Order: sequence, then structure tokens, then C-alpha cells
Amino acid sequence: MRKRRLLVVFVVWIFAFSATAFASPLQPPQPGQLLPDLKLPKPPERRDLQYLGLSGSGTFSVDQVKTQALIVQIFSMYCPYCQKDAPNMNRFFDLIENNPALKGKIKILGVGAGNSMFEVNTFKKKYKVPFPLVPDADFSIHKKIGEVRTPYFIVVKLNGSQKAEVVYSRLGAHENIEAFLADVVKLANVQ
Amino acid sequence: MKKRVFLFLLFFFFTASGASALSDAYKENVYQTGKLKPVDSVLKVKVGQKAPVFTLPALSGKKVSLADYRGKKNVVLSFVPAAWTPVCSDQWPGYNIVKELFDEHDAVLLGISVDNIPTLYSWTRQMGDLWFDVLSDFWPHGGVASRYGILRSDGTAERAIIIIDKKGILRYIDVHDINERPPLETIIRRLAQLPK
Repeated sequence: MRKRRLLVVFVVWIFAFSATAFASPLQPPQPGQLLPDLKLPKPPERRDLQYLGLSGSGTFSVDQVKTQALIVQIFSMYCPYCQKDAPNMNRFFDLIENNPALKGKIKILGVGAGNSMFEVNTFKKKYKVPFPLVPDADFSIHKKIGEVRTPYFIVVKLNGSQKAEVVYSRLGAHENIEAFLADVVKLANVQ
Repeated sequence: MKKRVFLFLLFFFFTASGASALSDAYKENVYQTGKLKPVDSVLKVKVGQKAPVFTLPALSGKKVSLADYRGKKNVVLSFVPAAWTPVCSDQWPGYNIVKELFDEHDAVLLGISVDNIPTLYSWTRQMGDLWFDVLSDFWPHGGVASRYGILRSDGTAERAIIIIDKKGILRYIDVHDINERPPLETIIRRLAQLPK
């Protein structure tokens, strides 16, 4: 009996170490695939809720957002590139909102990987981010989308469909936000 | 017994990977440490005691002493285990955008690692211009970390946040799980609790 227990402990030990060594993260969602079902916390600010077409508290899925295309920006308050890109993203938001043909049809949502609500709000306040940012303090969302480096951009096409189809997936900030916006319009067939 | 083993394995596989969202700023240059023993040292100081004083070389080229701040500023020591590792690389850049929060509480931040100055220079250049001093506890290796009881058995430091008030008294010590970043709000809340 004792030998059997020792054997079980040994097997567990071997599994434990191999799990660390071989645990390979999922790949980020690629164009043509469906976005994994993400349970995102609703932003507390009314303005952000209204922007997304949501109400109340709790969680939501990306396919509940009222828009044709949703840009999911995976960022972190602790990421130097995300900090540097923040003013650029604000200009990108303005490009959409100031274009009557696009306003309401393309929306942006930031997900703070490993960031608490306090940290996300600190980033939002520091850079005066006009679009919603939600926390992912325990990395649960980050793990579902392949533990990407930051900033990472995923564009999903919604178009009233219940399926959130990925049409764009890219690591890194965009130097040319006009070109990025043109890509979003084209790939998500925004009309 | 079998059920317990199965549950353990299930738990392990769902928690094995380290939690870190590494910035693209570091490209492929960060060494993946895997999950480490959360704490690997025995603390030698406690809250309420006088903080052990030290003088260390800073990246700026000057020497920084804890005594420099006595009677002037509260001090937050942020020990990180090692340069070019996942969680450490995504810690100080966050502090870099919240100088105002430290100012509000009349506090300075000192980042400390056991790396040498050239390594710290290369590493922190990826973070942008840091407003706080970065100190090298390289030689004698981990001397300050050792005096605080936060030098790990492999020669790296713990991931620790230590708050010292203007009188030089230790007010908060968090020897954090090395695999995780201490939440910013805890640091700010603890600073707010310091005597004015």
C-alpha cells in the first residue's frame, strides 16, 4: 500500500513538471475563426455602457455589443508600448466618431490583461481614453485568446449575427491609423 | 486517493502557466522562467522596526542612500527578482505612469534588483524614461536584499514591496508571490494609511 502511494506521488510529480515544461498557450484567434466566448465585465461608467449598447452590471459577450465591427485591444497599464500608443488610439477613436458614415458601426473595447479595475481606470484617466476599458485581473480572458503580447488587436465582425467572426488579428501598435481604419472597414464589410 | 490525485492534476494543469501579459516592447528578449516557488527566503525585518539603511549605486550614476529621505519623504522599495524576466518586465513601467500618486503621498519610489548596472541599463531602456531611481544590489551580491531577508536561494531577490515612513520605520512589507505582480491599488492604499 505504501509503495503504491509512493508511486502515485512520483507520477504526480512527473506530471507536474512536464505540465510546466510543455504547457503551450493557445494560438491567438485568426481571421476566419470565431472569437472564443469571452465573459467580459461590464464597464461601470454609464457613458461606456451606452457606447457599447449595454445596460446594468455583470458580464457581457462581444456579440452583445451594438455595432458592425468591434476592435478588441488587449493592453496593459504596465506595457510601455501600450502607454506610447494610447494617444494614437484616442485619435483612432476620434477618426471613427467624427465620421458620420462610421460612427456607431465600429467600436473599440480595451481589455486590460492582468490589470485590476483600479489599474485600468488609472490608465484611462492618465491617457484620457474615451472608449471603454475593462479589467482582466486574473488573466482569464488573456489565456483564452492565446496569452498574446501587448498591445494586440483583434477585430470581430458582428453585423447582427450571433457569431463573432475574427477578421483581423495582429500584434503591435499601428503607425498608420488611417490605413488600419480602412482595413477594418474592408475586412468587416462595414456599410 | 485516486480522486484526490485527479483533482490535484486538474488544478495543476489549469494553473501551471505563469500569469503575465508581456509587452511587445521586449520582443523575444525575455527569458521565460516558468512558475517559480512563490517565496524562497525568510524575512529578517518586521513592520514597526527601523528599516536597515543602505547605499546603492543608481542607474543615473549617483549613489542613493535610504538616509537621504529621512525626515523628508516616505519611501517605497520595489524589489524585483531579475531583469529580462516576465513579471518584472511588466511591473516598473506601470509605476512609471503614476508619479502623481506617489507625489500625493509624499513618497519616492526606489526600484531595486540584484542585477548589475549595465544589465539594468539595457533592460530599463525598453521601459521609457523612468522617473524613479533604479538601484543595483549587485555587489556584494544581493547585500541589501539579504539584510532584509528577501534574497532567494538562487541569488535573485523576492518580488517585494516595502514601505518606509519619513522616520525610517518599516510600515508595510509585502513579500509577494514571485509569479505575480503586486496590485498597484494595495501600494497606494498603504501609502494613504501612513501618518501625515
